[in-house]
Amino acid sequence: HIATSLPLPSERDHLRPRIDLIVFMIDIKSKCSLKNVEASLAYVDASFFLGKVCFLVTGVGRVNCCSIETNAISKLAEAYCSPVLFCELELEGVRVATAQRLLRMLQICAGLVPGFSALSFSLLMRNSADD
Amino acid sequence: MDETVAEYIRRTVLKIPRDEIKMMLQKWGFLSEAQLQTLNFHQIKDNISQEVVQLCEENSADIKQAAALDIIYNHIYQNKRMWSVYQMRKTGEELECFDLTDFKKKFKRRLRSALKNVTITFREYEDNAIWIRVAWGTPHRQPNQYKPSYVVYHSQTPYVFVSASVLKSNLPLLCQALIVASNYHDIREMELRSHSLNSLKDIVFKRYSQNFQTYCPKPLPGRTVEPESVDLRIINENRSEKERIQRLNQEAFGDGPQPILQFAQYKLETVFKTSPEMDVLDKKEPFRCLVKFSSPHLLESLKSLAPAGMADAPLSPLLTCIPQKARNYFRIREKRGLFPGSFVSP
Repeated sequence: HIATSLPLPSERDHLRPRIDLIVFMIDIKSKCSLKNVEASLAYVDASFFLGKVCFLVTGVGRVNCCSIETNAISKLAEAYCSPVLFCELELEGVRVATAQRLLRMLQICAGLVPGFSALSFSLLMRNSADD
Repeated sequence: MDETVAEYIRRTVLKIPRDEIKMMLQKWGFLSEAQLQTLNFHQIKDNISQEVVQLCEENSADIKQAAALDIIYNHIYQNKRMWSVYQMRKTGEELECFDLTDFKKKFKRRLRSALKNVTITFREYEDNAIWIRVAWGTPHRQPNQYKPSYVVYHSQTPYVFVSASVLKSNLPLLCQALIVASNYHDIREMELRSHSLNSLKDIVFKRYSQNFQTYCPKPLPGRTVEPESVDLRIINENRSEKERIQRLNQEAFGDGPQPILQFAQYKLETVFKTSPEMDVLDKKEPFRCLVKFSSPHLLESLKSLAPAGMADAPLSPLLTCIPQKARNYFRIREKRGLFPGSFVSP
């Protein structure tokens, strides 16, 4: 399901399945995109932040056009205890690799990987980033 | 042949891209086919232009022919120049028959009576467009052929498109000659400028696809959002919002291609408003500020703002009224309602 912002329109509530993973996409070329994500975060229930939220930063290939500091993004990720992935959608290889990573995360968050929960995965991601 | 003419022809040929030189010389028609055959178009442009000058020497070209070549070049590369639009008005509704020779005669007479040293060249094109090239001089100097003004006049309309040279002082004289020659009463400059001459014509002749106010209570069935080659597994949560934006955009801009403009300029003469505590300015003077939007294709980029999520739909009427009002230079004063429409002061 793709949406431009939260909250999701209520008219489709009955058609929506269980949500296992929320990926917030931030375009590093647009400050507007960061603001939008920050506003939408307020509508997410607290239980999602136990490993079911992830930030995806796109457009990192174009170094000249960066509008957002990676600092700001890291602060956001820390504040919400969620991992950040960086990618460049215009490159086929990176796009495919990122999609595979997200799918793997989704599998874990949906509980399809035995012995591994969303929370343990997010802790794993956190610790490796801090080192 | 005059040296200045030779140099001018040489420089004009140098401006033309190598692949187009033959075509343009053929259009010009001054050199015969046989002469054109002798030219080698595969050498460097410097040499080609020298050879062309040689041939023109043989045919004894004068400034008139050189000016004709210049008009041809500028007609094809019209988008390199900046054009502005003038509107003429006449008192009374008499529809007079337009006589081309009469127009040319009156125009030349008017200009020459004021300024002896001018070069005036005319060329007519199929779409009823009359191209006029004027090179300006002074009573003591020969006309400067490198800074001419171009005028495009469609005889059945009150509009004139002018690409002035840098010498702006000749503009009033040019305007005078135009109204005298075309039997109009007065002329004013519209606040509309662009590089694309055809787009300016589209705007003033209302040839672009406008959206008329039709009473349409719900969107017509069968109107879908841009057909994306979408996987059915992707569900768009904000579909109704996207459709709303699409509909508003279509109402504002219409369906067809937009005229090509490069700038929209808003000169603000409004008072700076602050909260009373922050009384920055003691006197309520207008805060002079200029907002300029620029783009290779301004209207198309404005049209794509809302669908791209960069602006809220509907867009400000200040932006969407540009083609309808046929202007892209606005002056915004302190208002009592929506922005005042008729505040153009010459």
